[in-house]
Amino acid sequence: MGRFFLIALPFAWLLALFLVPFLIVLKISLSDIALAIPPYTPTLDLTEGWAGIRAFLSQLDFENFTFLTQDDLYWKAYLSSLQIALIATVLTLLVGYPIAYGMANAPDHWRPTLMMLVILPFWTSFLIRVYSWMGILSTEGYLNQLLLWLGVISTPLTVLNTPTAVYIGIVYTYLPFMILPIYSALERMDASLLEAAEDLGCSRLTAFWLVTVPLSKNGIIAGCFLVFIPVIGEFVIPSLLGGSRTLMIGKVLWEEFFNNRDWPVASAVAVILLLILIVPIVLFQINQQKQREAEE
Amino acid sequence: MGQTVFEPWNDPEARPLIQFRNVTKRFGDFTAIDNQSFNIYEREFFALLGPSGCGKTTMMRMLAGFEKPTEGTILLGGKDIAPIPPNKRAVNMMFQSYALFPHLSVWDNIAFGLRRDGRRRDEIAARVEEMLKLTRLTQFARRKPHQISGGQRQRVALARSLAKAPRLLLLDEPLGALDAKLRTATQFELMDIQEKTGTTFVIVTHDQEEAMTVASRVAVMDTGRVIQADTPARIYETPNSVYVADFIGEVTILSGTARKSGAGYEIHYAEGVPPLYAEDEARFDNGETCHIALRPEKVAISAERPEDRRNAVEGTIIDIAYLGNLSTYHVKLATGQMIKAQTANTRRLALRGFTWEDKVWLSWTDTAAVLLKE
Repeated sequence: MGRFFLIALPFAWLLALFLVPFLIVLKISLSDIALAIPPYTPTLDLTEGWAGIRAFLSQLDFENFTFLTQDDLYWKAYLSSLQIALIATVLTLLVGYPIAYGMANAPDHWRPTLMMLVILPFWTSFLIRVYSWMGILSTEGYLNQLLLWLGVISTPLTVLNTPTAVYIGIVYTYLPFMILPIYSALERMDASLLEAAEDLGCSRLTAFWLVTVPLSKNGIIAGCFLVFIPVIGEFVIPSLLGGSRTLMIGKVLWEEFFNNRDWPVASAVAVILLLILIVPIVLFQINQQKQREAEE
Repeated sequence: MGQTVFEPWNDPEARPLIQFRNVTKRFGDFTAIDNQSFNIYEREFFALLGPSGCGKTTMMRMLAGFEKPTEGTILLGGKDIAPIPPNKRAVNMMFQSYALFPHLSVWDNIAFGLRRDGRRRDEIAARVEEMLKLTRLTQFARRKPHQISGGQRQRVALARSLAKAPRLLLLDEPLGALDAKLRTATQFELMDIQEKTGTTFVIVTHDQEEAMTVASRVAVMDTGRVIQADTPARIYETPNSVYVADFIGEVTILSGTARKSGAGYEIHYAEGVPPLYAEDEARFDNGETCHIALRPEKVAISAERPEDRRNAVEGTIIDIAYLGNLSTYHVKLATGQMIKAQTANTRRLALRGFTWEDKVWLSWTDTAAVLLKE
C-alpha cells in the first residue's frame, strides 16, 4: 500500500500539471475562435449529460491546423526557428567546449570557483540579463562606445535588432547548459589515457581528436540537446534583441495569443511545436540511456 | 650442457641498451631520484622494486618521456633520449590502470599505435592478429574493454604496448589489479612472452615475490636511490645492506660487534652469552658494529642442543605462523632477541613436536648468516 502511494504521487503530479494542461491546450486547438470569455467555442456543458458531450465533440475540428498550412507565415516561422536553434547550438558548442576543457584541466583548487562563475549568472533574473544586453548592443551602447573609443570603427555598428544580437543572446544565456555536461564528461576522463595515446605515437593534437573528443561525445550530445530543444521555442531573446525582422515560432505564438487573441490558432501552433520537439527529446533520452548503460 | 647463462651485466664487452648516467630528478624541493647510474641490457627483464614513493615510478616515467631528468643523461642505445618526446620514442609503456581506450574495441586498441605510424592496412591487420594470438585474445577482438574481465584487460594492455615492437617495454605495476592466483599465472605468461618477443622489459613493482619471479635482475630502491641491483638469487642470498635483506623475504637481524676469529668473525650480540660465529666475504675491524642477517629457512629447530654446530641458542616459542607447506616459529632468546626459524611441514600436524611456550634450540651453520655493515 505504501509503495502504491509512493508511485502514485509523481504520477498524480504529472497527470495534474502536465497531461491535463496539455489536453486542455489540445482541446482549444480543435475549437473555434469566439467573442466570449473564454474566447473560443464549444465549451463542455456536463449538465446536459451524454447529449452535451456528443454535441461538444461534434463541434471539434482540425480547421486551425489546416489554417497553419495555408498561411506560409507559420511554416516559415517553424523553419526559421529550427535554423536559428541549429546555428545557435553550434555556436554555443564552439564557445562552450574550450571553456569546459579549460575548467576540466584547471588545478583542483580552482575548479569550484570556475564552476561557480559559470552558474552564478543563473541567480540573477534572466529578463534583466537580456535587457542589459540591449544596453550593451544598442547603437549608443557600451560595445559601440568601446569600439569607437578604440578606433576600430568610425560609425556605430547596428547589432541590436539583428540576427547577430539574437545569437549573442542565445549563446550567452544557454552557455551553462552546454558547459556543464561537457565538463562532467571531461572531468571523469582518466588522464593516463592521453599519456597512453602519446606513448603510442600521437601528438597532443591527434590525442585530443582521437581520445578526448570521442570520450566527451555523450557530454557534447547532451549539451547540444539541452540548448537546441529550449531555443526552438525561445520567445524572450528574439523579441527583445531580434526586433521585428527575426521570425521565431515562440514569438508567433505570443502574438497569436496576446495580440490577435486567437487562442485556438495559438494552441494549434503550440501543439505542432510540441510534436516537432518530440523528435529531439526522444533522441536526447536515448543518448542519456546509452550513457547510463555505458557507465554500468 | 644447458643453455649459456644470460648474464650480460658480467660481460665487459656487452653494450647496455639503457644507461642512466648520474641522473637526478627533483620536483621542487623534493628529490625523487638522487644521482643514479646503472645499466640495463638488451633482452633483460629488469625489475625496479621498492616501497611506494621510492622513485621507481619516476624512473620509469623518465624512460617513457613523461618526465625529464633534472640533471644527468639517460642513453637508449647510446643516444641521449632527453630531447625525444614520448610519441617519438621506441619505448612503449603498459600503464598501471591499463589506460585502455574505452570507446575502442580490443582490436582497435591494439591497432591504435600501428595506425599512428601510417602502416599499410593489411600489415596492421596481420600484426594485430599476431598480438591477439600471442595474448590469447582472438575471440575477444570485437569486444569493448568494459565487456571483458580484468585479466583479459591486462592482456589487451600488454598486446597494445607490444604491438609496435618497441626496443624497450615499460610495465608499471602490471599485475597490481589482479587477484593472487591470476597474478602468479600471469607472471609466468609475462616471462614467456618476454622470451618469445625478445623485448627488453623494465617492470616497476612493490611486490618482492613478483620481482623475484619474473626478473633477470632486481634493483631494490629506497628514497630515490638504487640500493642493490643484482640477480634475484644474489639479492636474496647476499644482500648488501640491512635494508635489502629486510625488504626481500623474511629475515632476522641481530646486531653486535665483530671480532676476527679464524676464517670468520665472532659476533658479540649480547652480554654474558657466547658469541655467534659466521664466515662471510665482508671485512670488519675488531670491535666494529656488525649486523647478522639470518634467513629463517637456514635456522634449524630442535629439542636438544645439536652437537655439531657452533651456532646454537636456546629460546622459547612465542608465535607460530602456519602457512600450510611451511611453519615459521618466532623464538625469543633469554637475552631478548627474537629469531625466526622455518621448517617444512613434511609430516602431518599431529606428529609435529613443538608448540607455544616450548623451550627449543635454534642452530645454523657457520656460512648460513650474512654479515652486513649497514
